[in-house]
Amino acid sequence: MNKNLGWKLIVIVATLVVFVIGIFGIPDNWSGRGLLASLQNRIHLGLDLKGGTHLILQVQVNDAVNVDSDNAMERLKADLRARKIYADISKPDPNNPDKILLKGVPPESRSDLTSIVQDRLPEYNLTSGAENTWTVSMKPQALAELKNRAVQQAIETIRNRIDQLGVTEPVIEEHGLGQYQILVQLPGVDDPGRVKEIMQSTAMLSIRQSLGGPYPSEQAALQDKGGVLPPDAQLLPGRSIGATTSEGGQTWYLISRASAVTGRDLRNAQSSRDENGQPSVSFTLTGEGGRRFAAFTGAHVGDYLAVVLDNKVQEVAVIKDQIHDQGVINGRFTEQETKDLSMILRSGALPAGIKYLEERTVGPSLGSDSIRAGVTAAIIGMLAVLVFMLVYYHAAGINADIALILNLIILLGFLGFSGATLTLPGIAGVILTVGMGVDSNVLIFERIREELRNGKTPPSAVEQGFGHAWITIVDTHVTTIVSAIILFIFGTGPVRGFAVTLSFGLFANLFTAVFVSRVIFDWILSRKQRGEALSIG
Amino acid sequence: MEFFRNPNIDFLGKKWYFLAFSLIFSVAGVFSLLLWHHIPLGVDFRGGTLVYVKFAQSPDDNAIRASMDRAGLHNARIQRYGPIAGNEVLIDVSEQETSEEALDRGKTQIINALETNAPAGKQDLNNSSVLTIKSYLMQQDPLRAGTDADQRYGAQAQAIVDYRDKVRGGVLSSMDELKGTADPAVLASLSNGFFLSNFGVRNVEIVGPQVGRQLQNQAKLAVVYSLAGMLVYLAFRFEWIYGVAAVITVFHDTLITVGAFSLMNKEISLTVIAAILTLIGYSNNDTIVVFDRIRENLKLMRREKLADIVNRAINQTLSRTILTAGLTFLTVLALFLFGGEVLHAFAFALVIGILIGTYSSIAIAAPILVAYQDWRAGRGRPPVMVPVGKESARRERPKAKV
Repeated sequence: MNKNLGWKLIVIVATLVVFVIGIFGIPDNWSGRGLLASLQNRIHLGLDLKGGTHLILQVQVNDAVNVDSDNAMERLKADLRARKIYADISKPDPNNPDKILLKGVPPESRSDLTSIVQDRLPEYNLTSGAENTWTVSMKPQALAELKNRAVQQAIETIRNRIDQLGVTEPVIEEHGLGQYQILVQLPGVDDPGRVKEIMQSTAMLSIRQSLGGPYPSEQAALQDKGGVLPPDAQLLPGRSIGATTSEGGQTWYLISRASAVTGRDLRNAQSSRDENGQPSVSFTLTGEGGRRFAAFTGAHVGDYLAVVLDNKVQEVAVIKDQIHDQGVINGRFTEQETKDLSMILRSGALPAGIKYLEERTVGPSLGSDSIRAGVTAAIIGMLAVLVFMLVYYHAAGINADIALILNLIILLGFLGFSGATLTLPGIAGVILTVGMGVDSNVLIFERIREELRNGKTPPSAVEQGFGHAWITIVDTHVTTIVSAIILFIFGTGPVRGFAVTLSFGLFANLFTAVFVSRVIFDWILSRKQRGEALSIG
Repeated sequence: MEFFRNPNIDFLGKKWYFLAFSLIFSVAGVFSLLLWHHIPLGVDFRGGTLVYVKFAQSPDDNAIRASMDRAGLHNARIQRYGPIAGNEVLIDVSEQETSEEALDRGKTQIINALETNAPAGKQDLNNSSVLTIKSYLMQQDPLRAGTDADQRYGAQAQAIVDYRDKVRGGVLSSMDELKGTADPAVLASLSNGFFLSNFGVRNVEIVGPQVGRQLQNQAKLAVVYSLAGMLVYLAFRFEWIYGVAAVITVFHDTLITVGAFSLMNKEISLTVIAAILTLIGYSNNDTIVVFDRIRENLKLMRREKLADIVNRAINQTLSRTILTAGLTFLTVLALFLFGGEVLHAFAFALVIGILIGTYSSIAIAAPILVAYQDWRAGRGRPPVMVPVGKESARRERPKAKV
């Protein structure tokens, strides 16, 4: 019996040591400041305590679908034209951008159409409608995959961009609660404006041949080309010019649809200065991209080249010589703009636009006030409980107090080990754990007192008290943990932090209030003479 | 020390008083929910823009309102927040704005409207981020810094912002306060490009209507699943009627708590929902302790009437019930009094919840069991409140007690 007790004591002390390491880690120096520093290192504070920005954004997945179905439509048109099938092809429904409608397909072309869609558009279904109309729409599985891929790509791109901004410990993940939503948490960022702009920029870069321009208006461009635009070219606006320049107004360029290289071919981009000392962005192409670009520029010496960013012409320059894998984008950039642009180019393009749904910013001053208030409340609440237990249960109160303090240490150690975040509601969870944790002790002690009143000897009263209370304790803990888990599943941010501390605290309590408290009782009993009374108030 | 020694109170005999008490509070709550304040939804659920502003001096609500009106925000709600000495105000523009883009504009509008003393071309140092200050300094370059400009100005800007936020609580009232925190040349340069407004933004919450609806659904689901979880667990551990009684009890607690929020027109936020779920867990805790004792007594006191057995169980656990409730209440009260403004509504829900949750396990849950048994007896069915099932098989057979 005594040997058994010794083992149990060792288990308790070992647990204590492990979880204290969980809280503080192994600090470099043992001064108060060193301990505090390693504590701050191990316990991750939530945005509401540390200050920062929380954003929820939605990927406009239909953008990605549109790009895919535009390509499909172009392919379809070309293939039909090649087989001399003429039909009116359109995308009628902006809410279902994967649907392509074909009107007036001659009945005899039916098998041709079927084979084109089967061979060339394997991700699309063909269904027939009334009066020679056909609908080509994306297969549901392919559509779902495309949308998911867009979200994953957006997360990847945003992560790249945020990393380059130098934000420490950002959270960028799919927000499981909504459709195509992304959760972004940026600790320490109290100015979401610039970050939002950088994240939102789609930055679709392409370098193409310029076939004409600048024109003062779209009509002027049409007139210049005799009223009809070449089929493989499109009119794109020049970069809108700020109010500071005298020219004003919008210019237009005729740009070929095919790109020589795109943003995907970039290996690197950096802000630099051009030969006139103006801020510019210099870029390096990948090996593949460089070969293509060299072939293109070699074939077009003397022609014009346009740098197109997000469907706006940034710059048009004459090709003086063959260019291999390096180039410069000029524009009327400020220094900050070249930095942001080169960073965005490095991080790749967003597959689809994004829309902000929620933004919360906590200033650091509020965060530190919250910590102070939360910790004050926790200490006061804790002290009140500790003192009460001592007064009410005398020596057994010490037992409960030890269990409670150990409970707290385990809870904080859990937080340190798991890397879970401590939020303000999380601190409230710690306080509640104190209140609810003491319940187990009260249950047991009251039962022991009752058994003692019924004339049991101290050892058997302790035995019975723990035995009867145990079942109740399990039931009560399970139900509360069920609530906490549901809260964790459905909650976000700070509320999740609450669910985490509450459930960790309850698990720890099962160990401290039942096992530790029992060992202490047994230890006390083992030192008492037979028949000596138990101090339980 | 002992508060209760062998209490013997006839709780079940007072069930009509309990019923009247519960009815009064439930009906008042339901009345307010349906006809008066309805459910006062916080910004999490209804969507909108909240800006928490700290002023250097005691703010003038009317002046703020006038500024908002000038900016075209006519329905802005302006409310003092936290202790009076904190000089904090919450500005809430919600209802008229509906789209996500407009909400973002609302925040900028509010800040611009409050900057009434802005000199042309200067920025507000109280509402500038480290980045803004740093890029201004990089442009002006007062230190004639070389290649390490980025680092040096970054550190200077950070020091200024840290001093403003951590020492001054977010608002500087004079540029002179910054002496010693940054290089004098930097400060001189700053005073050319910046001015000080009389406020700083502490906290901004912008929730679009889409997220608001989403959070509403989640909150409802969370409460429903939580109740269902209790029902299933209790039905599994006890008899199904115990589960039903517990769920009715918890529903009663939730109704009264939400009713109290409605009566006092306090807003229900996400954290309040967290508090309500905790209260569901806590109230169940209490109910289970009583039920467990009833189950135990059923085995020991086979010949007695159920009402006596239940009464006995309540009395036996009364000491524990009151002690636990008192201690938990103590901790929650500490949270309510010292936990700060952000947790106020959360703590309020728990303060009410613990009072009601404790009361209901005695006054609602146990009487439901007895009432059900009586109702079955009235219809000539055998009692179900016998300790059959999984529990009794697993435990040792109860010994007869003398």
